[in-house]
Amino acid sequence: MSAQAPRPRRWGLAGRNLVVAVPYFWLLLFFLVPFIIVLKISFSEARIGIPPYAPLLSWADGHLVQIKLNFATFTTMIEDSLYWKAYLNSIKVAAISTVFCLLIGYPMAYAIARAQSTWRHILLMMVILPFWTSFLLRVYAWIGILKNNGLINNFLMWLGVIDTPIVMIQTDFAIYIGIVYSYLPFMILPLYSNLEKMDLTLLEAAADLGSRPFKAFLTITLPLSMPGIVAGSMLVFIPAVGEFVIPELLGPSDSLMIGKVLWSVFFTKRDWPTACAVAIALLLLLVIPIVLLQRAQNAEARGAHR
Amino acid sequence: MKSRGTFRLSVLVFGFAFLYIPILSLIFYSFNKSRLVTVWAGFSTVWYGRLLENNQVLDAAWLSLKIAAVNATGAVILGTLAGLSLARFGKFRGRTLLSGMTTAPLVMPEVITGLSLLMLFVVMEGLFGWPEGRGVTTITIAHITLTVAYVTVIVQSRLSTLDDSLEEAAMDLGARPSKIFFVITLPIIAPALISGWLLSFTISLDDLVIASFVAGPGSSTLPMVIFSKVRMGVSPDINALASIIVLLVTIGVVIAGIGMARQEKRRLRDMQMAAAG
Repeated sequence: MSAQAPRPRRWGLAGRNLVVAVPYFWLLLFFLVPFIIVLKISFSEARIGIPPYAPLLSWADGHLVQIKLNFATFTTMIEDSLYWKAYLNSIKVAAISTVFCLLIGYPMAYAIARAQSTWRHILLMMVILPFWTSFLLRVYAWIGILKNNGLINNFLMWLGVIDTPIVMIQTDFAIYIGIVYSYLPFMILPLYSNLEKMDLTLLEAAADLGSRPFKAFLTITLPLSMPGIVAGSMLVFIPAVGEFVIPELLGPSDSLMIGKVLWSVFFTKRDWPTACAVAIALLLLLVIPIVLLQRAQNAEARGAHR
Repeated sequence: MKSRGTFRLSVLVFGFAFLYIPILSLIFYSFNKSRLVTVWAGFSTVWYGRLLENNQVLDAAWLSLKIAAVNATGAVILGTLAGLSLARFGKFRGRTLLSGMTTAPLVMPEVITGLSLLMLFVVMEGLFGWPEGRGVTTITIAHITLTVAYVTVIVQSRLSTLDDSLEEAAMDLGARPSKIFFVITLPIIAPALISGWLLSFTISLDDLVIASFVAGPGSSTLPMVIFSKVRMGVSPDINALASIIVLLVTIGVVIAGIGMARQEKRRLRDMQMAAAG
């Protein structure tokens, strides 16, 4: 035990190590190691058999005799425009959905954070509640709303605004609706927790000095809520890029989303190496957003301790 | 001032309408007599009866509930240990990696998590003969890995907002660390553990993509059954199922909310009494 330790150690070293080791071991084995295996398989050659890929390393008498790296899956991915289009399209869809989530979520988070404290908890619970009900069923609900004889079209035809139904289901529009709807709580919650603990005296000071509310919002509230904006945006963007269920159920059958491509390569073509290569490429795409998220969350955590 | 109040109110009304109309429409049409879900043909509870006769759905629901309960328990144990390590042990070797491994699963696209876990299970079976085939065990392991992250975040944030003077006082009085944990820390973070358990339970109950990757023949979970039905188009018994789930979740969340509010109140009162005494 060192003298300059900021506080006495209340866990014995053995106990401490045990507490850390159990979750550490679990996450290493079931979260980190799988990525290494995926990386390895992405360099293998597809073959018919169980498992459906060829081994990278050949062993003879306990000696490594051959390492066979196969870049074919990656070159195919680069040459085949399908993968490129799916990547770019996924980024586009996720980015646009994130912007819409922010445009809807920010005012909501703001209104909740500035509501009376008795209301605040109820409103917050109402944001979280849909998140607890099945994601799959909430996406399914939109089929009933958007389809040709669905809720919106029936309503508009009943009003007499339109004669023939507007085609909304199986379009990109439906994908955007589905993503914005499903991920909105992920945007609101970090924004709310940021806006809620904001120091309101700053705004009062600005008002006293003659600043108009809108200007005070732009120069004080918005910059201060930046960590919340970044965290919320990344919480929407990252999972949306790889989304499978929403484009599958609401989008056109030929919609190019990378999560759908990965799914069909794996389940329909049964091409494990290519599926792994797609996963690796998707992972690389997400490194920067994940780092941004981590930094935003650290900034928030530091703010909370101050 | 007045116009800003109206603005906020309309934002909330529109926002919550967007969040709730789909759910309400699901419930509304579950009472529709017609097979064409969105064409109203009169009130009926026929689809609820049909649902209760559907053994495929019931078996899948039972399987999902079992997996969800085991998963939630495992996730709470591991997540508490991880949250405790991150919040109370200061800097230790590998802390950054642990914190990364408990944040990344939260946002990782499910297709990646599912695929990579399946690859692990296949390789492990080849090397050690375990896990034998794929099914309930592999789904549970996959779900624990995913939901540990949520529990860790909840426990860690609860512990870091908590001042550790009680724990320090107990230590000064000579209590052993494990005793301090079970007698002091655990009761204080109990609400966080309950919400972590419930969250893990619902996430597991809800997961389609990861389960589809790591499930084997004969281990179809509820979302997998729903998905295969929904792919064929809307069907009214799914609406009935959705309504039942919404009802159960609402009851659960409201009870948990009231319980937590009550406990918070008691804690505040105790603190005030302690301060006054």
